[in-house]
Amino acid sequence: MNIIVCIKQVPDAKDVRLDPETNTLAREGVESIMNPYDQHALEEAVRLKETHGGEVTVITMGPPQAEEILRLAISCGADKVALVSDRAFAGADTWATAYTLEQAIRTLGDFDLILCGKQAIDGDTAQVGPGLAMRLDIPYITCAQKIRESDSNRFIVERMMDDGYDVVEITLPALLSVVKNINEPRVPSLKGKMRAKKAVITTLSADDINADHACIGLPGSPTQVVNVFPPSARGGRAIFTGSLDEQIDQLVDKLIPFIQPGGAQ
Amino acid sequence: MDYFISEEQQMIVDIARQITDERIIPSRAELDENHEFPRKILDELAQADLFSVLIPEAYGGFGGGCLDIVLILEQLSRGCVGVGTAFAANFLGAYPIVLAGSDEMKQKYLPAIATGEKFAAFGLTEANAGSDASGIQTTAVLDGDEWVLNGTKQWITNGGEAQIYTVVTITDRSRGPRGASLFVVEEGDPGFSCGPKEKKMGIRASSTTELIFKDCRIPKDRLIGRKGTGFITVMKTLDLSRPGIAALGIGLAQGALDEAAPYAKQRKQFDKPIIAFQAVQHLLADIAIGIESARALVYAAAKHIQAYPKDMSKASSMCKVYATDMAMKATTDAVQVMGGYGYMCEYPVEKMMRDAKILQIYEGTNQIQRNVIGQELNKEYSK
Repeated sequence: MNIIVCIKQVPDAKDVRLDPETNTLAREGVESIMNPYDQHALEEAVRLKETHGGEVTVITMGPPQAEEILRLAISCGADKVALVSDRAFAGADTWATAYTLEQAIRTLGDFDLILCGKQAIDGDTAQVGPGLAMRLDIPYITCAQKIRESDSNRFIVERMMDDGYDVVEITLPALLSVVKNINEPRVPSLKGKMRAKKAVITTLSADDINADHACIGLPGSPTQVVNVFPPSARGGRAIFTGSLDEQIDQLVDKLIPFIQPGGAQ
Repeated sequence: MDYFISEEQQMIVDIARQITDERIIPSRAELDENHEFPRKILDELAQADLFSVLIPEAYGGFGGGCLDIVLILEQLSRGCVGVGTAFAANFLGAYPIVLAGSDEMKQKYLPAIATGEKFAAFGLTEANAGSDASGIQTTAVLDGDEWVLNGTKQWITNGGEAQIYTVVTITDRSRGPRGASLFVVEEGDPGFSCGPKEKKMGIRASSTTELIFKDCRIPKDRLIGRKGTGFITVMKTLDLSRPGIAALGIGLAQGALDEAAPYAKQRKQFDKPIIAFQAVQHLLADIAIGIESARALVYAAAKHIQAYPKDMSKASSMCKVYATDMAMKATTDAVQVMGGYGYMCEYPVEKMMRDAKILQIYEGTNQIQRNVIGQELNKEYSK
């Protein structure tokens, strides 16, 4: 079973600061990590490989520094990695990112399964996985919390819902985006770390993946961030105490001014 | 301080640190309270290849040495000495096979130990043979193609949890120390059983049981090395393993300092954080001095020993005594810094203080270690 895992380098959420001028994420001096959901996607891929054989290929679109998370992926069991990196990709929204990943995956060749994290913890959109599946014209399941059965052409997957879970059958090739309770990611192994240290990381540029320059980066992104601002503080709140009846009385007292002529003071 | 360890050793440290922070520290209180063997954590250590570190490359291992194990144990014990003890005792069980086993025997056991598929234990101590190893009563008698073992080993770490036991027996009482031989006994061998788990003051995550041999019959080829060489192998094994116990002391003391210092910064009395008072600062300073000096000695001794020098017993004993006495004092003082809170089970330092005591007792009491050092000095200055 050949599996492709899409991962993203994100700022460590333990250390998030906003630039007070621009209200954008301050990236300077903030440690970068592999998106936590993607760690679970990688772990699931490695487990599937351990059961079914095959290869795990990990790709990321990002700046040259994203090489770091690809080395981490190798130390955690990835067989091959590719860094999809080009200045022309800068400013990509989820639409352009899904296109770029699609082109990269088509360049890499055949696959049985694509795994992604549910969403990245920086943008929090959860759009790239489904977008990628639509472009590749393969079925997908989001929020996979458990793979119940897996064979070479069919998976039975639990999809996490707000009020429980669905059990969904899917035919391969397919894409799954995973949530954190699907597994507990392993700690890198010593052999893996040594392999990661020696690994030569392949970089795929826009031309390497035959990307149409009008579809990538800022020009390929219909989403425009016009302004980023913190939400205004909520209005005053009151907490009522005492017995239920007393609390109701207090609430009614607060509400009465609104229905009387003259309104609230 | 920078000890200029190699890049590979730094990788080993990073892995052990991550497992300690993410797996051991969150579960240590529960393991301690339930006297629970840390099977899941050991599986994780195996998956990360840390069981392969000491095993020679020819048998599927990393081919590392004493210092590599020291670095791992220092990290693990920063989280829990019980887990560290279980991990250390596995190598104590494996060492005799590495040191004296035939190629065939190594092929049979070491690859499985390297992957963590099989777990090992070492059986030396008996009711009447602890510090005085010559009191061993367990016997092994050759009967046709089988050795027949009789006797009981006491306080054996990993008892009941291991699959491979290296056991010290007497094969010829008339020859004194030259009459001892080492054998591999496997879980499930006829006539071999483990007693119930002992209840202990500390290191409760580790398992401690008796090993009971009642006409236990094992194949002839389970003899490790030659007949009568058991004591030499045991002494070498302990010389190599003692820096590991010293490392448990360093990690434990570091763990205690990592609790006590932030507490002292946050705890206010007389309108000041208590770390502002010299009485508290001096306690913390002494813990820090103890840790750093023990670390320097243990790392140096571990490297020195790897070359099997003439004074390896002395170096090994010195680092064990120094680091473990230091750990007892450091954990006691960490409880003192934290006062009433430190004494409560809700905080980890009381467990650390309970765990520290065993380090001064097992793998040769610190009094016996001082005997070894003293006897070596006597020899050195008699020349």
